[in-house]
Amino acid sequence: MSDFKVHIRERANNIHVLELKGYLDAHTTPTLEEAFQKMLNEKKFRIIVNCREMSYISSAGLGVFMAFIEDVRSGGGDIKLSDMSPKVFNIFDLLGFPMLYDIVKLEEDAAKKFETP
Amino acid sequence: MANQQSYKSTLTILSQTERLNDVREFVSGQARSHGFIEDDINKITIAVDEACTNIIKHGYAYAPDQRIDIDIIRKGNDFEIIISDNGKHFDANAIQSPDMKDYLAHYRRGGLGVYLMKRIMDKVEFNLHSDKNVLRMIKTLH
Repeated sequence: MSDFKVHIRERANNIHVLELKGYLDAHTTPTLEEAFQKMLNEKKFRIIVNCREMSYISSAGLGVFMAFIEDVRSGGGDIKLSDMSPKVFNIFDLLGFPMLYDIVKLEEDAAKKFETP
Repeated sequence: MANQQSYKSTLTILSQTERLNDVREFVSGQARSHGFIEDDINKITIAVDEACTNIIKHGYAYAPDQRIDIDIIRKGNDFEIIISDNGKHFDANAIQSPDMKDYLAHYRRGGLGVYLMKRIMDKVEFNLHSDKNVLRMIKTLH
């Protein structure tokens, strides 16, 4: 069975970090949807998704980012992604996702981007 | 002898998303043993994951007790994956590839599976054989 976990961590300047671990596919997407929904319900719109321990993503996983980006931006925030392995980045890149999402090397870079928009 | 079949391996799964991990392990193991580089192994694995996800979701509408067969055949330098199911037929050959700029600009969702399969694999064909859907994908080893 696919193993996937999300850990939510708060950092300075009202930024919340979703740390993803494991395989994000059609079976595990509800876990990430719940985490984003929780952020929206609590009006936490400054979100960094740290992908350091994410091993895999399919289009079902990419669909979760598409489902929430508009609402997060309407709330005045953003979803920024960091620490992606080349393997995971290649899939985002194959579909042109860097056109819509801020994908940076390190979580610190993403945090700085929230501080100086 | 272009049509000579030198290798075949099969995995059969039930139509459940929790089986996707078994599919990925099977396909990546096969692709690795046939000499693909890691980037190609990852991409081929995703193409098969996308195909099985579509069958589970659209073909079988999440009915958990149906069957999906995945055959891997090596013919010369062609690594061929044949995925068969008895679900609802849809003509994926007719699906237009999305304009990704427009797709992203309008926050669209879904429908990227077939597009990814076509981007990744060298050949993707959907056929109906009697009442069976047969998807054939080929990646050529260079």
